[in-house]
Amino acid sequence: MAAPASTDKGDFVNNLRKIYGIYTGGFFGFVIILAIAEQLGVPNQYIGYAFVCLTIVVYAFIGIVTRTTQVSEYYVAGRKVPAFYNGMATGADWMSAASFVGMAGTLFLLGYDGLAFVLGWTGGFVLVALFVAPYLRKFGAYTVPDFLSARFGGNFARFLGVVVLAACSFTYVTAQIYGTGLIAQRFLGMDFQIAVYVGLLGILLCSMLGGMRAVTWTQVAQYIVLIVAYLTPVVILSTQKFGLPFPQLTYGSAIQEITALEQSMIQQGLATAASLKPHIQPFTSYSPLNYFGLILCLMVGTASLPHVLMRYFTTPSVREARVSVAWSLFFIFLLYFTAPAYAAFSKLEVYNLISNGGAGTAFAVLPDWIETYSKLNLVNIHGISLQTFYDVINVVKGGAVDTAGVAAQLKATGAETAGGFAAMKEPAKAAMLEAARANVGSSPDQIWDAFRTAVLPAVAQAAGNTKGLLLHSALAINPDVIVLSTPEIAGMPYVIAGLVAAGGLAAALSTADGLLLAIANALSHDVYYKMIDPKAPASRRLIVARVLLVIVAVAAAYTASTKPADILAMVAWAFSLAAAGLFPVLVMGIWWKRANSLGAVMGMILGFGITLTYLVVTRYYPQFGIEYLGMYANLKPSDFTPVVDIAKIQADAAVWNVSPVPASHPLAGKVGWFNVNNISSALFGMPLGFLSIIVFSMLTPRPSQAMYDFLDKVRRPRGGTILEEKDTVVA
Amino acid sequence: MQENVERHWSATRGLMFVMLFLWLFFSFGIHFFVKELNEIVIGGFPLGFYMAAQGSLIAFVIILAMFASSQDGIDRKYGMAEDE
Repeated sequence: MAAPASTDKGDFVNNLRKIYGIYTGGFFGFVIILAIAEQLGVPNQYIGYAFVCLTIVVYAFIGIVTRTTQVSEYYVAGRKVPAFYNGMATGADWMSAASFVGMAGTLFLLGYDGLAFVLGWTGGFVLVALFVAPYLRKFGAYTVPDFLSARFGGNFARFLGVVVLAACSFTYVTAQIYGTGLIAQRFLGMDFQIAVYVGLLGILLCSMLGGMRAVTWTQVAQYIVLIVAYLTPVVILSTQKFGLPFPQLTYGSAIQEITALEQSMIQQGLATAASLKPHIQPFTSYSPLNYFGLILCLMVGTASLPHVLMRYFTTPSVREARVSVAWSLFFIFLLYFTAPAYAAFSKLEVYNLISNGGAGTAFAVLPDWIETYSKLNLVNIHGISLQTFYDVINVVKGGAVDTAGVAAQLKATGAETAGGFAAMKEPAKAAMLEAARANVGSSPDQIWDAFRTAVLPAVAQAAGNTKGLLLHSALAINPDVIVLSTPEIAGMPYVIAGLVAAGGLAAALSTADGLLLAIANALSHDVYYKMIDPKAPASRRLIVARVLLVIVAVAAAYTASTKPADILAMVAWAFSLAAAGLFPVLVMGIWWKRANSLGAVMGMILGFGITLTYLVVTRYYPQFGIEYLGMYANLKPSDFTPVVDIAKIQADAAVWNVSPVPASHPLAGKVGWFNVNNISSALFGMPLGFLSIIVFSMLTPRPSQAMYDFLDKVRRPRGGTILEEKDTVVA
Repeated sequence: MQENVERHWSATRGLMFVMLFLWLFFSFGIHFFVKELNEIVIGGFPLGFYMAAQGSLIAFVIILAMFASSQDGIDRKYGMAEDE
């Protein structure tokens, strides 16, 4: 029965160009039909639903058509994926909701310093190709721990590999499911909890029946959607503004204008030199050490994250694995070199709004896009948003009579605006309450007008803004808004916004698929098959793989539905954990024959251990770090003074004796060693990992001659994979 | 045979170091001079900013393409390449 399955596959692989050509054409046709539908008066909400539902149905269709009953198809797509298409699949696998939605916003906020993410998330692929991927492909692994086990003699190294893999992938996949929930909530007005489980369904339909094979071909489809969605709005914007459809070239002019506006806003008193970080000036948010440290951690993390490495197990040859890394980076590059253009155009738009030709903008004439996003609490002015006002109106309806009552009720209902309201000055609270009383039962337009004309001026005055104008320092924009709002700010039809939502979903779903498969495969192949039941027949292995996939997916969706506070910050941790726990052992395992089992085991334990400890202590138990580990306050990059006064906090028992500390605590993530931010914690773990491998290997006997011969085989492309898998066909 | 294996690996290692150097230069080296490079403005882009936003990324793509073809050349030269 193997024969029909493989010819079937052969036909599919031979016709890839035609299949994806038709698919891409069909997608454009679909966008055009929806654009026409919008002109004919179909409501926005239906267009949004059409985008999301149809794309998910297509992914699910691909997932079901490419289902498989062969073990090698399930784990490595039969090693038949050509370099070019594997590059696209890797692009979708790699670029997450954070890249699609968050990257441009980070660049908007941080300016030059945000480019650490652009560099870190691209340059790592050079390390992937130089040190790791071709060799693992030659070895013929199904999972990364497979290699650790073969090279370092047994299941203990394999087990440690699984631990590191699970630690860096689980929070990551949870964040992707969280991302699908947020996008569906913002664009479709879906309830967050429901949206999370809809996302889960989309992910499972793509991955469960076909494993790697299905995920590969849906990821290619998802890449096409996400790149079209990312480029379209900014290309239109560039054409409108500069007459050239290449935003990557034209945003140089935007940068010049931004720099000029930065100076004029300060001169006009609309911004202060203290609060404004010049867009092109380096090292305003990160010290040079942290900037370069972050780049290094992200790059090395890239080269050791299992869901990326396993994509290169699917190419037909070692040669194609290398070419495929180049294609991967090319496809990723298309998005990442566009992100700074998004940031620059948005920043120009916002600065033009604040400056308004030098006159400044009065609150009464704030544009409607601020209404849209402030209503979602994503744009705050002087610490409050339109959502704050809506929440206050609601509790007034619910019977709150004075400002203390409003504050108490907001807190009791768990409103996310409760903190913002509590922090307002008393006269501002009173003004808001009065306006809320007057607008119980008003239309959204009336409420927005009341917010602009009555609430904001009072709040501004209480905050010491005597000009009554929108000030740079008072405006806080959530980074996620930048990409999502660009179509609306530029006045494009809603169909473009729907397209962007579909792109964001594609980015989140594709990354979630890859991560889920990485975790579930490690559990089913490494833990179940290799460690628990090595005699399991292929049919049972596939059933176990699918059951574990569903369990991990449901666990991740459940975790996401509880809205864990730190989930997005923890994604950045995954890079440091992988960089410290896996990179040294993979590189030394391939490049240094003398490395032995004890060295590898100690390298993983110590490298991963210190990184995890540093992350957990600095974020959750800073007091422990200060008292027992010799940590001290990090320094500001501007003048190298401490960011927090530890002695002062120590004196205040109510603040000091909190453990573990919440994200809002003054010490959370603000202490450490040598002024290293916790996001760059692999700066400790990675060198320690390499050092441990060297020291412990040298102290113990060298590996056997057989191992040296094994490595010679891993290092030369000729001669097929080393690891032979029994590939029984079960259907 | 064994001699050939060693020569293949030493050529591979040599290529790795060349590529590693290029990677180090475009990941870190050039960005040490961002302030100086920002004095030069091309098409509206200060050069230091441009290198981090686009220049280094283009370099990475080129490095990877060069590496794939050079390594394949080494594999073929020493008879270590896979059959087509």
